[in-house]
Amino acid sequence: MKPGLRFKSVVPEGPRVAVTFDGEALMLPEGANLATALMAAGIGSFRQTPFQGVARAPFCMMGVCFDCLLEIDGVAQQSCLIEVRAGMDIRPARQQREGPYESL
Amino acid sequence: MNRFDLAVVGAGPAGMAAAREAAEAGLCVALVDEQPRVGGQIYRNVERVEAPLAAVLGKEFMSGAGLAKDVQHAGITHLAGFSVLAFEKGKLALGAASGAMRIEAREVLLATGAIERPMPMPGWTLPGVMGAGAAQVMLKQSGLAVENAVLVGSGPLLHLVAVQLTRAGAPPRAIVETRRRGDARRAVMKWRLALRAMPYIKRSLANLTELRNAGVRRYMGSRDVALLGERRVESVVFASGGRRREVPCDVALLHHGVIPHVQASRAAGVSHIWSESQMAYVPECDIWGRTDAPHVWVAGDGAWIGGARVAELSGRIAALGIAHDLGYVRSVERDRRMAAWFEEREFELSLRPLIDRAFPPYEAALTPEDSVAVCRCEEVTAGQVRAAVAAGATNVGDAKVMTRVGMGRCQGRMCFPSVARIVAEARDVPVVDAGQLSARPPIKPVTLGALAQMHYGAGAKEGDAHDD
Amino acid sequence: MDAEFAIVGGGIVGLSVALGLLDAGRSVVVLDGGAADPKASRGNFGLVWLQGKGVAQPRYARWSKESADLWPAFAAMLQDVSGIDVGLRQTGGLDLHFDEETLAQAVAENECLKAELGSDYPYEVLRPDTLRVEEPEIGPRVVGAILHHGDGDVDPLALLAALSAAVRARGGRVVTGAKVDAIHPKAEGFHLHGDGVDLRAEKLVLAAGLGSAVLGPKLGFVAPLKPERGQLLITEKLPPMIRRPSLIARQDRAGGIQIGATNEDVGMDRRVTLDGMARLAADAVAAYPVLEHAQLLRAWGALRVMAPDGLPIYQESPTHRGAFLVSCHSGVTLAAAHAMRLPAWILQRADAPELEVFGETRFAV
Repeated sequence: MKPGLRFKSVVPEGPRVAVTFDGEALMLPEGANLATALMAAGIGSFRQTPFQGVARAPFCMMGVCFDCLLEIDGVAQQSCLIEVRAGMDIRPARQQREGPYESL
Repeated sequence: MNRFDLAVVGAGPAGMAAAREAAEAGLCVALVDEQPRVGGQIYRNVERVEAPLAAVLGKEFMSGAGLAKDVQHAGITHLAGFSVLAFEKGKLALGAASGAMRIEAREVLLATGAIERPMPMPGWTLPGVMGAGAAQVMLKQSGLAVENAVLVGSGPLLHLVAVQLTRAGAPPRAIVETRRRGDARRAVMKWRLALRAMPYIKRSLANLTELRNAGVRRYMGSRDVALLGERRVESVVFASGGRRREVPCDVALLHHGVIPHVQASRAAGVSHIWSESQMAYVPECDIWGRTDAPHVWVAGDGAWIGGARVAELSGRIAALGIAHDLGYVRSVERDRRMAAWFEEREFELSLRPLIDRAFPPYEAALTPEDSVAVCRCEEVTAGQVRAAVAAGATNVGDAKVMTRVGMGRCQGRMCFPSVARIVAEARDVPVVDAGQLSARPPIKPVTLGALAQMHYGAGAKEGDAHDD
Repeated sequence: MDAEFAIVGGGIVGLSVALGLLDAGRSVVVLDGGAADPKASRGNFGLVWLQGKGVAQPRYARWSKESADLWPAFAAMLQDVSGIDVGLRQTGGLDLHFDEETLAQAVAENECLKAELGSDYPYEVLRPDTLRVEEPEIGPRVVGAILHHGDGDVDPLALLAALSAAVRARGGRVVTGAKVDAIHPKAEGFHLHGDGVDLRAEKLVLAAGLGSAVLGPKLGFVAPLKPERGQLLITEKLPPMIRRPSLIARQDRAGGIQIGATNEDVGMDRRVTLDGMARLAADAVAAYPVLEHAQLLRAWGALRVMAPDGLPIYQESPTHRGAFLVSCHSGVTLAAAHAMRLPAWILQRADAPELEVFGETRFAV
């Protein structure tokens, strides 16, 4: 995936911990803001919109907009309000596109 | 059940100061915040910030460290990572990823801060388009300065973010300012005001000098701004100085002011009025922050946009008012301590019109063109809202049931300001006539499992026999 | 005269009747209420439902069945005229039970209806093993269910939008933000007044939900209508997991799980309560354990419009000819009959349905 954002770091490199993102192993800085850490790790799309199915990525970073929504350890959460912990199981939120699904 | 004298919702400057002040007066305080750490947005992560990041963020930011330390008090229970789901007669329901719980509080102080005024414009839903505040969050909490940014809009925060990014070694590509040079000049012509505001003006000019020296280009009076890109934002196009321009970027940072975050106060049953000067709904309250909802108080930017210092002062004022009402502080004592805070708050607030005049919102983003999505959650466009009005919608509630606008996860936080203006403009009535969206629990989403636990918990406690 | 018919009430009931009258060639103005009105049509669960209805009054069971049978044609017509697909699904619906006692009681009621309607009442009792084949996410606490093959659901807000658009497309006028405060009977018809209302019509259909309880008695109706609050929840959009609607939950077309509903006697209070939300959530998770991690996005309260016996009311005013009261709490289920069959009764044509039992004489003491 093409890295979305590039960053200049102003803080010394701290310890990293292992998490999984969509099944893939990732090493993220422990205690860092999860949404930021994922963007810095090159994650460019956090969710698909329900109707048009287009990509979204963090917008407000303050817990307002829900564009950073991810499923973390089974529960959909705003990743901008969460700190990185070892072993987090992170996935795109369970959403689906519009359209009547197959009925009986 | 946890019982408290006071529940403070929001751990920004107002909430932190209020919690401390109330605890000092002897109250048992719960400080509830959905972030893992205190600080709110303005002082986010301030406890952990060290040099060299401290130098990048500046002295004003670091001044929040004292407030954060003050929260460590035996009388304060910090409930981190909890959002308020509902208020009900002396009880608050709180939710976290781990579950939900109820606490009891005799009084509730809402210090829920501000949100950036939504800025719907063409391309604003593309990945890589963010709020200017978002760049600050990334810097404050992760020490990461986003590179190759273009800032778009209006407001002192735009310049501050540009300065902070520059100091961090990632100067933005450009600042696309939607205000005109004349806006600032007109503001300063209120010279009495300007004189009093000299420290602000000086700081503001120093920021501009720092940006100029760093070679950051500012485009004034920009119009017809759009964000372009295939899968993510690739450039900002706009008209400035009579020319069509395009600046490539990796990230576009939008900002045109902040408005009170009133979801909680509205769900708590507080009356809100439209403020023409803040161009937003604000909770009605007296000088102490007392609202018309019993035992509910408001303080900080969530009550009235005044900035961090005003927020801190209004938090202290509300806390003393509450301590007085609960009998912890006598009137004489309250009024004696209040005087200086009132005076300073009045002074700070008296400068506010200068900022409002100097940095007006970007008109085209208040009532965006038809193709622009105003509801980011349900993907409803401005044009769909206008079509709903044409089909008979008379207020935002009508527009909601007709278009799904405001029915998504953010519960209308991001779209309501735009929808209200669009409906009002389409009907050619004042914005208040477009009404307000209903604000009901849950104030933030919560899992059914957490709610269900609450049912069984309550059932066990109250001996409540339900049919399950 | 502004129109032959004034329809007071722009909800699902009023619009359905209006659409039917337009089809019969009549001119119609629909007056939707004010912003503060309770508007049950904005808050309902969207079921097209037969099971359990009419145990005490078989005519109600048949009338509901007639409407359910008309629904496919009605939905197709709405789509044609309005361009809006209301998402009708009539592939059966479930009544889930957590204990044998309530299940046995429901079975008895259904048997009673079956005896009355015969093959027009296709239901079966599902035990856990078969139930979980039909509905894989049902949890172990469910001991059994009634499956009625004629039950189903629609998207209630899409229905409201489609009706409104169809009425306009057929030449009707829908006036929004128009709250009727007073109706003056005149020799030649009715004069309606209110906020944003000044209208004359020859005839009048009162379909104002709980508003009919206020306006009705002034026109000679009993209109003994009472509110009953139902709290409802809706979750985030999720992948398909609930196949058939149940009285506990249904999954809408966009993936949201709608959960309903409480039955509360709290007057006109439309607020949601923590206890109400928590109980609904508990039942939903007990029925469908997969919902434990589903996020609740919104909750709302709506007021059912209930007659004392729960049946619809169809009555021409005994004192003011040309004024009709139409009221029911199952506006969605009955929408097709209200649009396609009821106009014949209002117009007193030979093909009018037999609705005597739904008249207000039943309230006489």
